[in-house]
This record gives sequence, structure tokens and C-alpha cells, in this order.
Amino acid sequence: MKEYGVFDILGPIMIGPSSSHTAGATRLGKIARQIVGENFKKVTFLLHGSFAKTYKGHGTDRALVAGILGMDPSDERIRNSLEIAKEKKIEINFIETDLGYEHPNTVKIIFENKNKENFYIIGSSIGGGSILITNIDGTKVEFNGNLPTLILKYNDKKGSISKIGTILSSNDINIATMKVSREGQIATMVLEADSEIDENVLKEISSIEHVFYTKAVNPIE
Amino acid sequence: MFNNGKELLEICNSENKKIHEVVLEKEKKATGRSIEDIRKLMRENLKTMVESSNYALNKKINSVSGLIGGEANKVKKYSQNNKTLCGDIINTAMARALSTSEVNASMGKIVAAPTAGASGILPSAILTTAEKFNLDEEEIINGLFTAAGIGEIVAKNATVSGAYGGCQAECGVGAAMASAAIVEMLGGSPETCLHASSIAIINILGLVCDPIAGLVEFPCALRNASGVINALTSADLALAGIESLIPFDEVIEAMYKVGKSLPDSLKETALGGLAATPTGECLKNKVL
Repeated sequence: MKEYGVFDILGPIMIGPSSSHTAGATRLGKIARQIVGENFKKVTFLLHGSFAKTYKGHGTDRALVAGILGMDPSDERIRNSLEIAKEKKIEINFIETDLGYEHPNTVKIIFENKNKENFYIIGSSIGGGSILITNIDGTKVEFNGNLPTLILKYNDKKGSISKIGTILSSNDINIATMKVSREGQIATMVLEADSEIDENVLKEISSIEHVFYTKAVNPIE
Repeated sequence: MFNNGKELLEICNSENKKIHEVVLEKEKKATGRSIEDIRKLMRENLKTMVESSNYALNKKINSVSGLIGGEANKVKKYSQNNKTLCGDIINTAMARALSTSEVNASMGKIVAAPTAGASGILPSAILTTAEKFNLDEEEIINGLFTAAGIGEIVAKNATVSGAYGGCQAECGVGAAMASAAIVEMLGGSPETCLHASSIAIINILGLVCDPIAGLVEFPCALRNASGVINALTSADLALAGIESLIPFDEVIEAMYKVGKSLPDSLKETALGGLAATPTGECLKNKVL
């Protein structure tokens, strides 16, 4: 049986109307922004399942856009996020679609930068404001953004994991969970830590030979 | 630590403590935070609750879809300008619950209690009680911990999600949490708190979740209004000495089983109940 704390029951403080369709959607957008960065000009949201059917009435559209603009689920500007995106000259599109065997509240967020390069994130809002990121630009992953998360890609060579572990422990960072998968010679690691992973640690890890992609995602409200 | 109502009562009785004290200690142990810090976080919740319960009393706000809006203001005006059957307490409580529900439906800020859909019940219940009995902020915050303890037990042993248990699991549990809070705020014993919670659940056992167009608007706001009245009257019944013949833990188990046996069409899918009526369908086509 899962344990609950008082603020699981009373909370979150959030913008309504729905923890899954509004608060969760904001968190999905915000995590996607942390992964992609801020340098985008156009964002297309492919909405699946209940997200596709009820997004207007639940303000899921405004919540997702608020998230990619960096807002938290309790930000009262969520209501006006579509207008704020317009002011920032970010083109926004919503497309109702079928993403296949996904959770009913799933979105694929496609970011386009000024050079017209695309990068996408897929994630689901799984209830009570909790989320799950399931795909980063073609790489299958699974993390919920509740802990500082490190995403790495590297050419799979012996000893890589131990080098990464050493850097983390020498910086006093404890590993909570770790998942490694491999496609061809490229390994993807999603690692959740008990404390924040700062720029210096990230730099140290990216200097490991064979590591060619590093991203730290900090937990959100 | 407690896993159910029986264990909670045993701790309260053996240590001669109120429910909110036991809940606070459990939270302290689980999180490592100080009592002071936990109370401070709860004070933030209360601040948002006060704002959302009052916001729509004096101004009309519309939900995102336009299905609801202005109800809190109507009840407030009605009770101010008329000699009402139910009187000030009931009408004010309903108006406050509607206010939070309207704030929620218009993308305003609320505290999920236990969910966004049922967020109007607890704030209205504790504020209405505090107003009538001149209780201070610390006493109200104590009530919020009592309520959270009830919610923790239900979440752990059953569900607080409309998609799994129907409206009984959202507005029913919201009312159960609120009624225990009221009883403890008014000096009732831990046993009396659990009787109040049991009565509140018994009153709406089996209530379905059938929102028009799948939106948290209609009938959700109305069920928040009736939910707070359920909380107030259940508290009074328990304080009068009426006991639930079925113990709290068994009531929760019954609610869970009833929820599981409800068809999916009556659990937040908008495929049954009011949502599936001809007018419900028509409204859906209009707003989606």
C-alpha cells in the first residue's frame, strides 16, 4: 500500500479545473522545456485520448503552453498563456491525433527552432498532477520529474557507468534510480538523484569520453 | 503510525491525543520536517482556500466552457435579501463551496482537497464553522490536519479518484474529511470524528461521477454545495451522539467495493448518468 502525506491529500495548490488535465499538463510542458531548452520558435502539440477530446474545456491547451513558457501549476498567468506565447512570437499549434497504445492523457510536443530543426518529447499525465515522460526525440525513457533527473547518451563502452557513478559520488550525489538501455551502440541512461545536479557536475560528466549528450532536469513544483 | 481508522483511534486513546496531533507527528516522522514548517505549509494552503471560497461571492465568473458561473453570487444575494428556509449558515456554506468550484472551473487557484473536483467542500466547512464559533487561525489549521488524516486513510485503503470510485470517492471523501475537521474543531473526541466521517460517506454511498462533456463543472459545483451541507449535518449528527453502526474502516471498504462495481460509464468518462442524457449530449456538442 502506498503511503500518503498530508500534502498529498490537501494539495497541490493549483490552477483548476483538473489535476490531470491542467496541473499535470503544465508540469509536462515545463519538463519538456527543461529538456529542450528555451530556443524555440514554434511548438506543435499532438493531443491523444482524453487530452484530444476535452483539452479546450479543461484548459489543457493553456496549461501545456504555460508549461513550455516555464510556468508552474499554481501560476495564475496559465489562463493567459496563449496570449503570452503570441506576444513572445512563439507559434503554437494543437492537433488532435491518435498516438497508438498510449495512456489516455498523452501529448507529443514537437519543438522547432529558428533553423527549422525539430525535437520532440512524449509524456502522459497519469493522475493527481503526476506525470511520466516516455520518449525524448525517439529514445524511450520513463521518469516522473519528482527527483533531479540526469539523461545521458553515450557510445556504449565498458566502464562508462562506473565513471559516471564516481563523478556523482565524489560530488556527494546519491543515485536513487538508474535505467540504461541500448540501441545499436548507443546507450541511454536515465538516472534519478537525491540532490540537485549542477552545471559543474554536468560538465564533468560530459567530459567523459564517449558521452555525447547530457541533460539535467530539475524537479518541478 | 496508523494505517486505518482503528489504529488511529488506538493511538489517540493510548496517548490521549487529538487526531490532528497524531497526523502532525506522522508527517514529521515521514518527512523529517519540523512541526513548525509543516504548519507553515498548511497555512499556505489555508490562504489559498480562504481566497477561493470568497472570490466568486461578490462577482460573477464564468467557467472555461461557459457551462457554469455566477452561482455563488446568486446564493449569496438570495440569502442576504430573503428570509430563507435553511438560514444563513447553510446558504453561506453553499455559496462558499460554489465559489471555490467556480474558481476552479475558471482556471483560478485552488487547493485540491482531496481533488480539484471536490475542492470546494473542506474550505467552506472549516471557514463556516470558524466564523460561527469565533475560532482562530491555529484552530482552523488543526482542523485541516484532522481532515488530511481522514483523507490519508481513505487514499491508502480505498481511493479518492472519481475515475476509480465515482463521485462518492471525491465529494464523499471531501465531506468525510470536512466533517471530522468540524467535530475536532468543536471539541469532539476522535471517535466522534470518525462517526461523523462515516455518516458523511454513508449519506452519499454510490454517488456516480457523470460530468457533462467530461468537464469539472456540472454537476460538480452543485455536488460541492451539497457536499459541504453533508459535512455540516454529519458533524452535528455525530456531535449529538449518533454513532455509525458500521465502523469507519468498514464504511471505507464498502465505498471502495461499491466504486469498483460501478460501471466505467459512471466513473468520470462522461458516458453515463447526466452526461449521457439528451441535453447532456447536446451541451457537450456545444462546448467541445
